[in-house]
Amino acid sequence: MDLEQGLVVDSVTGVDVALPIAGPGARSFAFIIDWHIRTIVSVAWYVVAALLHNGSLHITAPLTPDSAWFVYVIAPAAAIYFLYHPVWEVATRGHTPGKRMAGVQIISRQGGAPGVGSLLARNVFRLVDSFPIAYAVGHVTTMVTQNHVRIGDLAAGTLLVYVHDSAPPTGYSAEPLATNQLDATTAEVISELLQRWETLDSAARRRMAQKILAAETTDGDNNDDAILKTRLESLASRGRR
Amino acid sequence: MSESSRDHALKVTLLRRSQLWKKAADRTRRLVGKKTDDAADAISMADDYRMLAHDVAKVRRLLPDSRSREYLEAAYAQAHATLHRPAWHPGYALLNLFRDEIPAVVSWLRPHIVWATALFILTVIAGYAMVHTYPDLIALFASPELIATVERGQLWTEGLLNVVPSSVLSLQILTNNIVVSLFAYCAGFLFGLGTLYILGLNGLMLGAVFAFTSLHGLGDDLFTFVVAHGCVEISVMCLSGAAGAAVGEALIRPGAATRAESFQRAALQSGKLILACAVLLVGSGLIEGYVSPNPVFALWTRIVIGVSYWAFMIVLLNGWLFAARRRGRAIPAPAAP
Repeated sequence: MDLEQGLVVDSVTGVDVALPIAGPGARSFAFIIDWHIRTIVSVAWYVVAALLHNGSLHITAPLTPDSAWFVYVIAPAAAIYFLYHPVWEVATRGHTPGKRMAGVQIISRQGGAPGVGSLLARNVFRLVDSFPIAYAVGHVTTMVTQNHVRIGDLAAGTLLVYVHDSAPPTGYSAEPLATNQLDATTAEVISELLQRWETLDSAARRRMAQKILAAETTDGDNNDDAILKTRLESLASRGRR
Repeated sequence: MSESSRDHALKVTLLRRSQLWKKAADRTRRLVGKKTDDAADAISMADDYRMLAHDVAKVRRLLPDSRSREYLEAAYAQAHATLHRPAWHPGYALLNLFRDEIPAVVSWLRPHIVWATALFILTVIAGYAMVHTYPDLIALFASPELIATVERGQLWTEGLLNVVPSSVLSLQILTNNIVVSLFAYCAGFLFGLGTLYILGLNGLMLGAVFAFTSLHGLGDDLFTFVVAHGCVEISVMCLSGAAGAAVGEALIRPGAATRAESFQRAALQSGKLILACAVLLVGSGLIEGYVSPNPVFALWTRIVIGVSYWAFMIVLLNGWLFAARRRGRAIPAPAAP
Protein backbone atom coordinates (compact mmCIF):
# COMPACT_ATOMS: atom_id res chain seq x y z
CA MET A 1 0.00 0.00 0.00
CA ASP A 2 1.35 3.38 -0.97
CA LEU A 3 0.18 5.74 1.73
CA GLU A 4 1.48 8.78 -0.11
CA GLN A 5 -1.08 8.29 -2.91
CA GLY A 6 -4.46 8.93 -1.41
CA LEU A 7 -6.75 11.41 0.18
CA VAL A 8 -5.38 13.48 3.04
CA VAL A 9 -7.97 14.81 5.45
CA ASP A 10 -7.45 17.40 8.17
CA SER A 11 -7.99 16.26 11.72
CA VAL A 12 -8.57 18.14 14.96
CA THR A 13 -5.50 16.41 16.34
CA GLY A 14 -3.31 18.28 13.87
CA VAL A 15 -2.16 14.98 12.36
CA ASP A 16 -3.63 14.45 8.90
CA VAL A 17 -5.58 11.29 8.21
CA ALA A 18 -4.19 9.47 5.17
CA LEU A 19 -6.75 7.42 3.27
CA PRO A 20 -5.52 5.04 0.58
CA ILE A 21 -8.02 5.28 -2.25
CA ALA A 22 -9.28 2.11 -3.88
CA GLY A 23 -8.73 1.96 -7.61
CA PRO A 24 -10.92 0.57 -10.39
CA GLY A 25 -9.63 -2.96 -9.75
CA ALA A 26 -10.68 -3.11 -6.11
CA ARG A 27 -13.99 -1.45 -6.93
CA SER A 28 -14.73 -3.91 -9.72
CA PHE A 29 -13.75 -6.83 -7.50
CA ALA A 30 -16.15 -5.67 -4.77
CA PHE A 31 -18.92 -5.10 -7.31
CA ILE A 32 -18.51 -8.52 -8.88
CA ILE A 33 -18.76 -10.22 -5.48
CA ASP A 34 -21.86 -8.19 -4.62
CA TRP A 35 -23.36 -8.87 -8.02
CA HIS A 36 -22.95 -12.62 -7.53
CA ILE A 37 -24.46 -12.47 -4.05
CA ARG A 38 -27.53 -10.50 -5.10
CA THR A 39 -28.02 -12.56 -8.24
CA ILE A 40 -27.76 -15.86 -6.38
CA VAL A 41 -30.10 -14.74 -3.57
CA SER A 42 -32.56 -13.19 -6.00
CA VAL A 43 -32.67 -16.27 -8.25
CA ALA A 44 -32.90 -18.55 -5.21
CA TRP A 45 -35.90 -16.57 -3.94
CA TYR A 46 -37.55 -16.74 -7.36
CA VAL A 47 -37.04 -20.49 -7.68
CA VAL A 48 -38.23 -21.36 -4.16
CA ALA A 49 -41.21 -18.96 -4.28
CA ALA A 50 -42.17 -20.15 -7.79
CA LEU A 51 -42.05 -23.80 -6.72
CA LEU A 52 -44.21 -23.03 -3.69
CA HIS A 53 -46.61 -20.90 -5.72
CA ASN A 54 -47.00 -23.40 -8.58
CA GLY A 55 -47.16 -26.41 -6.25
CA SER A 56 -45.23 -28.41 -8.82
CA LEU A 57 -41.68 -28.73 -10.15
CA HIS A 58 -42.15 -25.82 -12.56
CA ILE A 59 -40.67 -22.38 -12.11
CA THR A 60 -42.12 -20.67 -15.16
CA ALA A 61 -44.85 -18.05 -14.79
CA PRO A 62 -48.45 -19.33 -15.07
CA LEU A 63 -50.31 -18.46 -18.26
CA THR A 64 -52.54 -16.07 -16.32
CA PRO A 65 -50.40 -14.88 -13.42
CA ASP A 66 -52.36 -13.74 -10.38
CA SER A 67 -51.48 -11.10 -7.77
CA ALA A 68 -49.73 -13.66 -5.56
CA TRP A 69 -47.30 -14.45 -8.37
CA PHE A 70 -46.20 -10.82 -8.58
CA VAL A 71 -46.35 -10.04 -4.87
CA TYR A 72 -44.59 -13.17 -3.56
CA VAL A 73 -42.41 -14.25 -6.49
CA ILE A 74 -41.51 -11.38 -8.80
CA ALA A 75 -41.50 -8.31 -6.53
CA PRO A 76 -39.25 -9.71 -3.74
CA ALA A 77 -36.78 -11.16 -6.25
CA ALA A 78 -36.62 -7.83 -8.08
CA ALA A 79 -36.33 -5.93 -4.79
CA ILE A 80 -33.42 -8.12 -3.65
CA TYR A 81 -31.61 -7.50 -6.91
CA PHE A 82 -32.24 -3.77 -7.28
CA LEU A 83 -32.27 -2.64 -3.65
CA TYR A 84 -29.28 -4.72 -2.52
CA HIS A 85 -26.77 -1.87 -2.64
CA PRO A 86 -28.83 0.97 -1.14
CA VAL A 87 -30.19 -1.18 1.68
CA TRP A 88 -26.81 -2.69 2.64
CA GLU A 89 -24.96 0.60 2.37
CA VAL A 90 -27.48 2.57 4.39
CA ALA A 91 -27.82 -0.14 7.04
CA THR A 92 -24.08 -0.54 7.52
CA ARG A 93 -23.00 3.01 6.67
CA GLY A 94 -20.91 2.20 3.64
CA HIS A 95 -20.22 -1.51 3.71
CA THR A 96 -21.53 -4.39 1.67
CA PRO A 97 -20.40 -8.02 1.84
CA GLY A 98 -18.49 -7.56 -1.42
CA LYS A 99 -16.75 -4.44 -0.19
CA ARG A 100 -15.77 -6.18 3.03
CA MET A 101 -14.28 -9.07 1.09
CA ALA A 102 -12.43 -6.67 -1.21
CA GLY A 103 -11.20 -4.69 1.80
CA VAL A 104 -12.78 -1.41 0.77
CA GLN A 105 -15.28 0.94 2.36
CA ILE A 106 -17.29 4.03 1.39
CA ILE A 107 -16.37 7.21 3.21
CA SER A 108 -17.21 10.88 2.87
CA ARG A 109 -14.64 13.34 1.56
CA GLN A 110 -14.07 14.44 5.15
CA GLY A 111 -13.00 10.91 6.05
CA GLY A 112 -16.09 10.17 8.12
CA ALA A 113 -18.93 7.75 7.54
CA PRO A 114 -21.22 9.03 4.76
CA GLY A 115 -24.74 10.25 5.54
CA VAL A 116 -27.88 8.46 4.42
CA GLY A 117 -28.62 11.14 1.79
CA SER A 118 -25.18 10.68 0.26
CA LEU A 119 -25.55 6.91 0.17
CA LEU A 120 -28.95 7.15 -1.50
CA ALA A 121 -27.68 9.71 -4.03
CA ARG A 122 -24.70 7.55 -5.03
CA ASN A 123 -27.09 4.66 -5.61
CA VAL A 124 -29.58 6.71 -7.64
CA PHE A 125 -26.75 7.74 -9.95
CA ARG A 126 -26.11 4.08 -10.74
CA LEU A 127 -28.66 4.76 -13.48
CA VAL A 128 -26.04 6.94 -15.17
CA ASP A 129 -23.01 4.87 -14.21
CA SER A 130 -24.49 1.65 -15.54
CA PHE A 131 -25.16 3.28 -18.91
CA PRO A 132 -25.14 1.93 -21.62
CA ILE A 133 -24.13 -1.57 -20.47
CA ALA A 134 -22.07 -3.28 -17.76
CA TYR A 135 -21.30 -0.08 -15.84
CA ALA A 136 -19.33 1.29 -18.78
CA VAL A 137 -19.73 4.95 -17.79
CA GLY A 138 -18.89 4.24 -14.15
CA HIS A 139 -15.89 2.16 -15.12
CA VAL A 140 -14.45 4.81 -17.39
CA THR A 141 -14.95 7.57 -14.82
CA THR A 142 -13.19 5.55 -12.11
CA MET A 143 -10.24 5.24 -14.44
CA VAL A 144 -10.02 8.89 -15.44
CA THR A 145 -10.96 10.74 -12.24
CA GLN A 146 -8.34 11.73 -9.71
CA ASN A 147 -9.81 9.81 -6.79
CA HIS A 148 -11.06 6.90 -8.91
CA VAL A 149 -14.70 7.75 -8.33
CA ARG A 150 -17.76 7.11 -10.46
CA ILE A 151 -20.43 9.74 -11.17
CA GLY A 152 -22.51 8.56 -8.22
CA ASP A 153 -19.58 9.26 -5.91
CA LEU A 154 -19.09 12.69 -7.46
CA ALA A 155 -22.74 13.49 -6.81
CA ALA A 156 -22.71 12.13 -3.27
CA GLY A 157 -19.26 13.38 -2.22
CA THR A 158 -18.10 9.88 -1.35
CA LEU A 159 -15.16 7.70 -2.27
CA LEU A 160 -13.92 4.19 -1.70
CA VAL A 161 -10.85 3.59 0.45
CA TYR A 162 -8.97 0.50 1.48
CA VAL A 163 -9.59 -0.85 4.94
CA HIS A 164 -6.58 -2.88 6.04
CA ASP A 165 -7.41 -5.31 8.76
CA SER A 166 -3.85 -6.50 9.23
CA ALA A 167 -2.50 -7.84 12.50
CA PRO A 168 -0.65 -5.36 14.70
CA PRO A 169 3.14 -5.48 14.42
CA THR A 170 4.69 -8.03 16.70
CA GLY A 171 8.21 -8.75 17.85
CA TYR A 172 8.20 -6.17 20.61
CA SER A 173 6.78 -7.18 23.93
CA ALA A 174 4.32 -5.09 25.86
CA GLU A 175 6.42 -5.58 29.00
CA PRO A 176 7.90 -2.51 30.70
CA LEU A 177 11.33 -1.42 29.53
CA ALA A 178 14.24 -3.50 30.75
CA THR A 179 16.16 -1.89 33.58
CA ASN A 180 19.20 -1.21 31.43
CA GLN A 181 17.25 0.61 28.68
CA LEU A 182 16.10 4.20 28.46
CA ASP A 183 12.54 5.23 27.87
CA ALA A 184 11.94 7.48 24.89
CA THR A 185 11.47 10.68 26.91
CA THR A 186 14.74 10.29 28.81
CA ALA A 187 16.55 9.40 25.60
CA GLU A 188 15.20 12.54 23.97
CA VAL A 189 16.17 14.74 26.96
CA ILE A 190 19.71 13.34 27.05
CA SER A 191 20.03 13.77 23.30
CA GLU A 192 18.93 17.40 23.52
CA LEU A 193 21.24 18.09 26.45
CA LEU A 194 24.26 16.61 24.71
CA GLN A 195 23.53 18.50 21.52
CA ARG A 196 23.32 21.81 23.39
CA TRP A 197 26.08 20.99 25.87
CA GLU A 198 28.58 23.58 24.68
CA THR A 199 26.03 26.37 24.46
CA LEU A 200 24.60 25.92 27.95
CA ASP A 201 25.82 27.62 31.08
CA SER A 202 28.16 25.17 32.86
CA ALA A 203 26.21 25.29 36.14
CA ALA A 204 22.91 24.68 34.38
CA ARG A 205 24.18 21.77 32.31
CA ARG A 206 25.88 20.28 35.34
CA ARG A 207 22.67 20.51 37.35
CA MET A 208 20.61 18.87 34.59
CA ALA A 209 23.15 16.11 34.04
CA GLN A 210 23.26 15.36 37.76
CA LYS A 211 19.46 15.12 37.89
CA ILE A 212 19.29 12.70 34.99
CA LEU A 213 22.16 10.58 36.24
CA ALA A 214 20.70 10.50 39.76
CA ALA A 215 17.39 9.28 38.40
CA GLU A 216 18.84 6.64 36.10
CA THR A 217 22.07 5.60 37.86
CA THR A 218 24.00 6.08 41.06
CA ASP A 219 26.61 8.25 39.31
CA GLY A 220 25.05 11.66 39.77
CA ASP A 221 27.26 12.94 42.54
CA ASN A 222 30.10 14.36 40.46
CA ASN A 223 30.79 18.03 39.67
CA ASP A 224 33.27 17.56 36.85
CA ASP A 225 31.83 18.68 33.51
CA ALA A 226 33.79 16.27 31.38
CA ILE A 227 33.02 13.27 33.60
CA LEU A 228 29.32 14.11 33.66
CA LYS A 229 29.25 14.38 29.86
CA THR A 230 31.04 11.06 29.47
CA ARG A 231 28.59 9.39 31.86
CA LEU A 232 25.64 10.89 29.95
CA GLU A 233 27.02 9.55 26.67
CA SER A 234 27.46 6.19 28.27
CA LEU A 235 23.91 6.29 29.57
CA ALA A 236 22.60 7.29 26.13
CA SER A 237 24.17 4.22 24.59
CA ARG A 238 21.77 2.06 26.65
CA GLY A 239 19.20 2.79 24.03
CA ARG A 240 20.93 0.30 21.73
CA ARG A 241 19.42 -3.13 21.77
CA MET B 1 24.25 10.10 21.75
CA SER B 2 24.00 9.81 17.96
CA GLU B 3 20.87 10.59 15.99
CA SER B 4 20.49 6.95 15.00
CA SER B 5 20.68 5.77 18.61
CA ARG B 6 18.07 8.24 19.63
CA ASP B 7 15.78 7.22 16.76
CA HIS B 8 16.32 3.60 17.62
CA ALA B 9 15.27 4.19 21.20
CA LEU B 10 12.19 6.04 19.97
CA LYS B 11 11.32 3.23 17.56
CA VAL B 12 11.63 0.63 20.29
CA THR B 13 9.44 2.66 22.62
CA LEU B 14 6.91 3.29 19.87
CA LEU B 15 6.64 -0.32 18.83
CA ARG B 16 6.13 -1.42 22.41
CA ARG B 17 2.80 0.38 22.20
CA SER B 18 1.44 -2.06 19.64
CA GLN B 19 -0.89 -3.63 22.21
CA LEU B 20 -2.40 -0.21 22.86
CA TRP B 21 -2.98 0.20 19.11
CA LYS B 22 -4.63 -3.19 18.98
CA LYS B 23 -6.92 -2.28 21.88
CA ALA B 24 -7.84 0.99 20.15
CA ALA B 25 -8.48 -0.79 16.84
CA ASP B 26 -10.63 -3.40 18.60
CA ARG B 27 -12.67 -0.69 20.30
CA THR B 28 -13.15 1.12 16.98
CA ARG B 29 -14.29 -2.08 15.31
CA ARG B 30 -16.72 -2.69 18.15
CA LEU B 31 -18.19 0.81 17.95
CA VAL B 32 -18.15 1.32 14.20
CA GLY B 33 -21.43 -0.36 13.44
CA LYS B 34 -23.51 0.26 16.52
CA LYS B 35 -24.63 2.84 19.01
CA THR B 36 -23.44 2.86 22.59
CA ASP B 37 -24.71 4.60 25.67
CA ASP B 38 -21.50 3.84 27.54
CA ALA B 39 -19.90 7.24 28.19
CA ALA B 40 -16.65 5.62 29.32
CA ASP B 41 -16.41 3.79 26.00
CA ALA B 42 -16.96 7.02 24.09
CA ILE B 43 -14.34 8.86 26.14
CA SER B 44 -11.89 6.00 25.65
CA MET B 45 -12.57 6.22 21.92
CA ALA B 46 -11.62 9.90 21.92
CA ASP B 47 -8.48 9.10 23.95
CA ASP B 48 -7.62 6.32 21.50
CA TYR B 49 -7.98 8.77 18.62
CA ARG B 50 -5.52 11.19 20.21
CA MET B 51 -3.12 8.40 21.09
CA LEU B 52 -3.24 7.01 17.54
CA ALA B 53 -2.71 10.50 16.08
CA HIS B 54 0.36 10.95 18.28
CA ASP B 55 1.80 7.60 17.28
CA VAL B 56 0.94 8.06 13.60
CA ALA B 57 2.91 11.30 13.58
CA LYS B 58 5.90 9.49 15.10
CA VAL B 59 5.70 6.41 12.93
CA ARG B 60 5.53 8.53 9.76
CA ARG B 61 8.91 10.00 10.65
CA LEU B 62 10.59 6.99 12.23
CA LEU B 63 9.22 4.06 10.25
CA PRO B 64 7.85 5.47 7.00
CA ASP B 65 7.87 2.21 5.01
CA SER B 66 6.81 -0.32 7.58
CA ARG B 67 3.88 -2.58 8.35
CA SER B 68 3.57 -0.73 11.64
CA ARG B 69 2.80 2.46 9.77
CA GLU B 70 0.29 0.67 7.56
CA TYR B 71 -1.46 -0.76 10.59
CA LEU B 72 -1.45 2.52 12.51
CA GLU B 73 -2.65 4.57 9.54
CA ALA B 74 -5.55 2.16 9.06
CA ALA B 75 -6.44 2.21 12.75
CA TYR B 76 -6.25 6.00 12.81
CA ALA B 77 -8.42 6.37 9.70
CA GLN B 78 -10.97 3.95 11.12
CA ALA B 79 -11.06 5.83 14.42
CA HIS B 80 -11.49 9.10 12.50
CA ALA B 81 -14.41 7.68 10.50
CA THR B 82 -16.04 6.32 13.64
CA LEU B 83 -15.72 9.56 15.58
CA HIS B 84 -16.95 11.63 12.65
CA ARG B 85 -20.01 9.52 11.93
CA PRO B 86 -23.02 11.84 12.04
CA ALA B 87 -25.76 10.95 14.48
CA TRP B 88 -28.85 9.61 12.76
CA HIS B 89 -32.28 9.31 14.30
CA PRO B 90 -34.57 8.03 11.54
CA GLY B 91 -37.76 9.54 12.94
CA TYR B 92 -36.28 12.96 13.50
CA ALA B 93 -34.41 12.84 10.17
CA LEU B 94 -37.65 12.14 8.29
CA LEU B 95 -39.55 14.83 10.16
CA ASN B 96 -36.74 17.29 9.54
CA LEU B 97 -36.67 16.33 5.87
CA PHE B 98 -40.36 16.91 5.24
CA ARG B 99 -40.77 19.82 7.65
CA ASP B 100 -37.71 21.93 6.86
CA GLU B 101 -35.44 20.58 4.17
CA ILE B 102 -37.85 19.81 1.34
CA PRO B 103 -39.70 23.16 1.65
CA ALA B 104 -36.31 24.89 1.57
CA VAL B 105 -35.30 22.95 -1.55
CA VAL B 106 -38.64 23.72 -3.22
CA SER B 107 -38.14 27.39 -2.45
CA TRP B 108 -34.61 27.27 -3.88
CA LEU B 109 -35.80 25.38 -6.99
CA ARG B 110 -38.79 27.67 -7.64
CA PRO B 111 -37.30 29.29 -10.79
CA HIS B 112 -36.31 25.86 -12.12
CA ILE B 113 -39.81 24.52 -11.40
CA VAL B 114 -41.37 27.43 -13.29
CA TRP B 115 -39.10 26.90 -16.30
CA ALA B 116 -39.50 23.12 -16.29
CA THR B 117 -43.29 23.46 -16.11
CA ALA B 118 -43.29 26.04 -18.89
CA LEU B 119 -41.18 23.78 -21.07
CA PHE B 120 -43.45 20.81 -20.36
CA ILE B 121 -46.60 22.80 -21.20
CA LEU B 122 -45.03 24.12 -24.40
CA THR B 123 -44.05 20.64 -25.53
CA VAL B 124 -47.54 19.32 -24.71
CA ILE B 125 -49.01 22.08 -26.89
CA ALA B 126 -46.44 21.38 -29.60
CA GLY B 127 -47.17 17.64 -29.52
CA TYR B 128 -50.91 18.30 -29.66
CA ALA B 129 -50.57 20.74 -32.55
CA MET B 130 -48.27 18.43 -34.52
CA VAL B 131 -50.51 15.37 -34.35
CA HIS B 132 -53.70 17.39 -34.72
CA THR B 133 -52.33 18.89 -37.93
CA TYR B 134 -50.50 15.79 -39.20
CA PRO B 135 -52.13 12.70 -37.60
CA ASP B 136 -49.58 10.36 -39.18
CA LEU B 137 -46.92 11.80 -36.87
CA ILE B 138 -48.45 9.82 -33.99
CA ALA B 139 -46.25 6.96 -35.20
CA LEU B 140 -43.30 8.89 -33.74
CA PHE B 141 -44.76 8.80 -30.23
CA ALA B 142 -47.02 5.76 -29.87
CA SER B 143 -46.70 2.04 -30.52
CA PRO B 144 -48.53 0.43 -33.48
CA GLU B 145 -50.72 -1.54 -31.03
CA LEU B 146 -51.86 1.64 -29.28
CA ILE B 147 -52.57 3.34 -32.62
CA ALA B 148 -54.57 0.34 -33.88
CA THR B 149 -56.61 0.21 -30.64
CA VAL B 150 -57.52 3.90 -30.83
CA GLU B 151 -58.37 3.59 -34.53
CA ARG B 152 -60.80 0.83 -33.57
CA GLY B 153 -62.51 3.40 -31.33
CA GLN B 154 -61.21 2.00 -28.06
CA LEU B 155 -58.82 3.25 -25.40
CA TRP B 156 -55.95 0.92 -24.52
CA THR B 157 -56.91 1.44 -20.89
CA GLU B 158 -60.31 -0.23 -21.33
CA GLY B 159 -60.51 -3.60 -19.68
CA LEU B 160 -57.08 -3.11 -18.19
CA LEU B 161 -58.20 -4.67 -14.92
CA ASN B 162 -59.32 -7.79 -16.78
CA VAL B 163 -55.74 -8.35 -17.88
CA VAL B 164 -53.73 -7.29 -14.81
CA PRO B 165 -54.86 -7.11 -11.16
CA SER B 166 -54.90 -3.63 -9.58
CA SER B 167 -52.09 -4.42 -7.14
CA VAL B 168 -49.79 -5.58 -9.91
CA LEU B 169 -50.80 -2.69 -12.14
CA SER B 170 -50.04 -0.22 -9.34
CA LEU B 171 -46.67 -1.80 -8.68
CA GLN B 172 -45.70 -1.75 -12.34
CA ILE B 173 -46.86 1.82 -12.82
CA LEU B 174 -45.27 3.30 -9.71
CA THR B 175 -41.99 1.50 -10.40
CA ASN B 176 -41.95 2.77 -13.96
CA ASN B 177 -42.83 6.32 -12.90
CA ILE B 178 -40.18 6.39 -10.19
CA VAL B 179 -37.55 5.18 -12.64
CA VAL B 180 -38.56 7.87 -15.17
CA SER B 181 -38.44 10.48 -12.40
CA LEU B 182 -34.97 9.31 -11.32
CA PHE B 183 -33.80 9.35 -14.94
CA ALA B 184 -35.01 12.94 -15.36
CA TYR B 185 -33.02 13.90 -12.26
CA CYS B 186 -29.86 11.96 -13.10
CA ALA B 187 -29.89 13.10 -16.72
CA GLY B 188 -29.16 16.58 -15.40
CA PHE B 189 -25.58 15.33 -15.25
CA LEU B 190 -25.38 15.96 -19.01
CA PHE B 191 -25.34 19.70 -18.31
CA GLY B 192 -29.15 19.62 -18.05
CA LEU B 193 -29.62 18.47 -21.64
CA GLY B 194 -30.70 14.96 -20.66
CA THR B 195 -33.35 16.39 -18.36
CA LEU B 196 -34.64 18.74 -21.04
CA TYR B 197 -34.83 15.80 -23.46
CA ILE B 198 -36.81 13.60 -21.06
CA LEU B 199 -39.13 16.44 -20.07
CA GLY B 200 -39.66 17.50 -23.71
CA LEU B 201 -40.23 13.96 -24.95
CA ASN B 202 -42.80 13.21 -22.25
CA GLY B 203 -44.59 16.50 -22.98
CA LEU B 204 -44.67 15.79 -26.72
CA MET B 205 -45.98 12.27 -26.10
CA LEU B 206 -48.75 13.49 -23.80
CA GLY B 207 -49.88 16.19 -26.24
CA ALA B 208 -49.63 13.86 -29.21
CA VAL B 209 -51.66 11.08 -27.59
CA PHE B 210 -54.33 13.53 -26.46
CA ALA B 211 -54.56 14.96 -29.99
CA PHE B 212 -54.77 11.49 -31.55
CA THR B 213 -57.47 10.27 -29.16
CA SER B 214 -59.40 13.54 -29.67
CA LEU B 215 -59.34 12.97 -33.43
CA HIS B 216 -61.02 9.62 -32.82
CA GLY B 217 -63.54 10.98 -30.33
CA LEU B 218 -61.79 9.49 -27.30
CA GLY B 219 -60.29 12.64 -25.81
CA ASP B 220 -62.85 12.86 -23.01
CA ASP B 221 -62.36 9.21 -22.13
CA LEU B 222 -58.60 9.70 -21.89
CA PHE B 223 -59.09 12.76 -19.70
CA THR B 224 -61.40 10.71 -17.46
CA PHE B 225 -58.72 8.03 -17.17
CA VAL B 226 -55.87 10.45 -16.52
CA VAL B 227 -57.35 13.07 -14.22
CA ALA B 228 -57.26 11.12 -10.94
CA HIS B 229 -53.58 10.22 -11.02
CA GLY B 230 -52.29 12.60 -13.69
CA CYS B 231 -52.36 15.83 -11.68
CA VAL B 232 -49.65 14.64 -9.32
CA GLU B 233 -47.86 12.41 -11.83
CA ILE B 234 -47.36 15.26 -14.31
CA SER B 235 -46.43 17.69 -11.54
CA VAL B 236 -43.82 15.23 -10.27
CA MET B 237 -42.42 14.96 -13.77
CA CYS B 238 -41.95 18.75 -13.77
CA LEU B 239 -40.41 18.67 -10.28
CA SER B 240 -37.95 15.95 -11.28
CA GLY B 241 -37.11 17.95 -14.36
CA ALA B 242 -36.50 21.01 -12.18
CA ALA B 243 -34.19 18.99 -9.92
CA GLY B 244 -32.30 17.69 -12.95
CA ALA B 245 -32.08 21.20 -14.40
CA ALA B 246 -30.59 22.44 -11.11
CA VAL B 247 -27.95 19.71 -11.32
CA GLY B 248 -27.22 20.72 -14.90
CA GLU B 249 -27.03 24.41 -14.03
CA ALA B 250 -24.60 23.65 -11.21
CA LEU B 251 -22.29 22.13 -13.83
CA ILE B 252 -22.76 24.93 -16.32
CA ARG B 253 -22.47 27.78 -13.79
CA PRO B 254 -20.58 26.48 -10.77
CA GLY B 255 -19.99 29.95 -9.35
CA ALA B 256 -17.09 30.29 -6.92
CA ALA B 257 -16.92 26.55 -6.22
CA THR B 258 -15.36 23.96 -8.48
CA ARG B 259 -17.66 22.09 -10.87
CA ALA B 260 -17.34 18.92 -8.81
CA GLU B 261 -18.26 20.72 -5.57
CA SER B 262 -21.12 22.57 -7.20
CA PHE B 263 -22.44 19.36 -8.79
CA GLN B 264 -22.24 17.54 -5.48
CA ARG B 265 -24.11 20.25 -3.58
CA ALA B 266 -26.84 20.55 -6.22
CA ALA B 267 -27.25 16.78 -6.51
CA LEU B 268 -27.56 16.30 -2.76
CA GLN B 269 -29.93 19.23 -2.28
CA SER B 270 -32.25 18.47 -5.19
CA GLY B 271 -32.07 14.75 -4.36
CA LYS B 272 -34.21 15.48 -1.31
CA LEU B 273 -37.01 16.64 -3.59
CA ILE B 274 -36.65 13.44 -5.62
CA LEU B 275 -37.25 11.45 -2.45
CA ALA B 276 -40.52 13.34 -1.92
CA CYS B 277 -41.38 12.77 -5.57
CA ALA B 278 -40.87 9.02 -5.15
CA VAL B 279 -43.20 9.01 -2.14
CA LEU B 280 -45.84 10.94 -4.11
CA LEU B 281 -45.51 8.58 -7.07
CA VAL B 282 -46.34 5.63 -4.83
CA GLY B 283 -49.71 7.23 -4.09
CA SER B 284 -50.12 8.16 -7.72
CA GLY B 285 -49.39 4.58 -8.78
CA LEU B 286 -51.98 3.24 -6.36
CA ILE B 287 -54.60 5.64 -7.76
CA GLU B 288 -53.64 4.65 -11.31
CA GLY B 289 -53.94 0.98 -10.44
CA TYR B 290 -57.11 1.04 -8.37
CA VAL B 291 -59.10 4.12 -9.44
CA SER B 292 -58.21 5.20 -12.98
CA PRO B 293 -59.03 1.98 -14.87
CA ASN B 294 -62.08 1.22 -12.74
CA PRO B 295 -65.32 2.32 -14.52
CA VAL B 296 -67.15 2.42 -11.18
CA PHE B 297 -65.63 5.84 -10.41
CA ALA B 298 -67.51 8.75 -11.99
CA LEU B 299 -65.73 11.71 -13.56
CA TRP B 300 -66.46 14.08 -10.66
CA THR B 301 -65.10 11.52 -8.16
CA ARG B 302 -61.93 11.27 -10.18
CA ILE B 303 -61.58 15.03 -10.34
CA VAL B 304 -62.03 15.29 -6.57
CA ILE B 305 -59.41 12.57 -6.01
CA GLY B 306 -56.97 14.12 -8.47
CA VAL B 307 -57.32 17.68 -7.21
CA SER B 308 -57.23 16.58 -3.55
CA TYR B 309 -54.08 14.57 -4.05
CA TRP B 310 -52.52 17.47 -5.93
CA ALA B 311 -53.44 19.81 -3.03
CA PHE B 312 -51.85 17.29 -0.63
CA MET B 313 -48.70 17.44 -2.74
CA ILE B 314 -48.59 21.24 -2.47
CA VAL B 315 -49.13 21.05 1.29
CA LEU B 316 -46.43 18.39 1.67
CA LEU B 317 -43.83 20.16 -0.46
CA ASN B 318 -44.31 23.45 1.33
CA GLY B 319 -43.97 21.87 4.73
CA TRP B 320 -47.45 22.95 5.79
CA LEU B 321 -48.24 19.40 6.86
CA PHE B 322 -45.85 19.87 9.78
CA ALA B 323 -46.37 23.61 10.24
CA ALA B 324 -47.60 23.10 13.81
CA ARG B 325 -44.37 21.30 14.68
CA ARG B 326 -42.26 24.06 13.23
CA ARG B 327 -43.60 26.64 15.73
CA GLY B 328 -42.22 29.71 14.09
CA ARG B 329 -38.91 28.21 13.02
CA ALA B 330 -37.65 29.81 9.85
CA ILE B 331 -37.11 27.43 6.97
CA PRO B 332 -33.34 27.25 6.51
CA ALA B 333 -32.22 28.05 3.00
CA PRO B 334 -30.02 25.38 1.42
CA ALA B 335 -26.48 26.36 0.54
CA ALA B 336 -26.43 27.82 -2.94
CA PRO B 337 -24.68 25.44 -5.28
